[in-house]
Amino acid sequence: MSETKYTDSHEWLRLEDDGSVTVGITEYAQNLLGDLVYVALPKEGQSFAKGEEAATIESVKAAGEIALPVDGTIVAVNSLLADEPSLVNDAPEGDGWFFRIQLANPAQLDGLLDDVAYQNLIGQ
Amino acid sequence: MNAPLNRTPLYDLHIKLGAKMVPFAGYEMPVQYPLGVLKEHQHTRAQAGLFDVSHMGQVKLIGKGAAAALETLVPVDIQDLPVGMQRYALFTADDGGILDDLMVSNFGNDELYVVVNAACKEQDIAHMRRHLSAHCEVVELTDRALLALQGPAAATVLARLAPAAAELTFMQNAQLEIDGIACYVSRSGYTGEDGYEISVPAAQAASLAERLLAEPEVEAIGLGARDSLRLEAGLCLYGHDIDTGTTPIEGSLLWAISKNRRPGGERAGGYPGADVVARQIADGVAKKRIGFIVKDKVPVREGAEITDADGTVIGKVSSGGFGPSFGGPVGMGYVASAHAAVGTALYAIVRGKPVVIEVAKTPFVPQRYYRG
Repeated sequence: MSETKYTDSHEWLRLEDDGSVTVGITEYAQNLLGDLVYVALPKEGQSFAKGEEAATIESVKAAGEIALPVDGTIVAVNSLLADEPSLVNDAPEGDGWFFRIQLANPAQLDGLLDDVAYQNLIGQ
Repeated sequence: MNAPLNRTPLYDLHIKLGAKMVPFAGYEMPVQYPLGVLKEHQHTRAQAGLFDVSHMGQVKLIGKGAAAALETLVPVDIQDLPVGMQRYALFTADDGGILDDLMVSNFGNDELYVVVNAACKEQDIAHMRRHLSAHCEVVELTDRALLALQGPAAATVLARLAPAAAELTFMQNAQLEIDGIACYVSRSGYTGEDGYEISVPAAQAASLAERLLAEPEVEAIGLGARDSLRLEAGLCLYGHDIDTGTTPIEGSLLWAISKNRRPGGERAGGYPGADVVARQIADGVAKKRIGFIVKDKVPVREGAEITDADGTVIGKVSSGGFGPSFGGPVGMGYVASAHAAVGTALYAIVRGKPVVIEVAKTPFVPQRYYRG
């Protein structure tokens, strides 16, 4: 049973069956950013502490960072995004995922927003 | 408190079309429509895009002395500008800095038609009134909107409504009826594509825009794509690529200074800052505007510092972003002249890290103006 959490900076984190967590940005975020033209992803095996910047994205309008809300190690990246950043616009919560991370401390997920709280945040 | 924003006569149409509106030069303007910046850009290069540029200033200079008088403010040949032709010009300051860039058309009957940038229009009109009023009337056309129809299908589309528009070549203009509406039409634009700029009475602007948008080739295009289109075309954006701190020579705009206004020409000088410009033509300049491409895929944006191989800062990016038709990031900036040769490898500092860039020729995509 997968469970999705959200941050107040519009990332989503989905707990997968194997215990890893997939990270991307929300539909709301891609709509605000506009067409993405560049995505710089971390490397597999790289470790990050909570709050560290793990990826950089650039749209036609602005640059943004993906700061991790959890501690962990990258176990997979979506290498398609290097040539096709538009996947993030087309399917931000599907084919436009950024990377998967193995959590150092799974309990950190509990501190994030659930679907209802996130929808409230963005005023839906 | 900010002053309330102005709206163009197309405001209601933008809202109806689902535009995202942003403040720009004192106006609420559409930055993009639901199509999005990338697709709007590509559509303009593939077919035709319609832009609302009604925020720009439209001015008539009326009187026998208008051309000679305007020449005292710009380094451009206005007196010999043929009737029915348009020319790019620059208002210069006493130190040679650029106050604005503009388009000047000769309408005949001692009338010049001038289009200036939105952000500069108040100061430009004051500047013209101060210096030209003794020689001609300076009339701001506040009751007209301005549309741009740009792209390879623009000529086919406009010819359906105004067959005579097809006969114009690049930088020619004419007063034509489009769908029964009296317009000033010039074959020019800010995208590098063939196309037109259409001055239309404000009251009829929305209906003309809707008429053009009803043609299957035409989509509404916002300011976001307007910026990426002009950047790929190597065209300067005033306030960014040129401003009061850059002269026409530093801005690599010698081409815009008419031959007969250059040193040795029959009407050499005679505009503000002519001495500075003449000296720079003879002796060269310390910094120069260049175009650059980016070796990686990372967009390099305005304000980024440019360094040489040793990490010494030698310039700054004035405009930059992703070029959708070029297929990668492109930009313009100012660098020390020793580093301005095409092919020179330099670095731009993006988020603290050096990114390899290379000085490149502009435009970044071929211009497709219709020259007959």
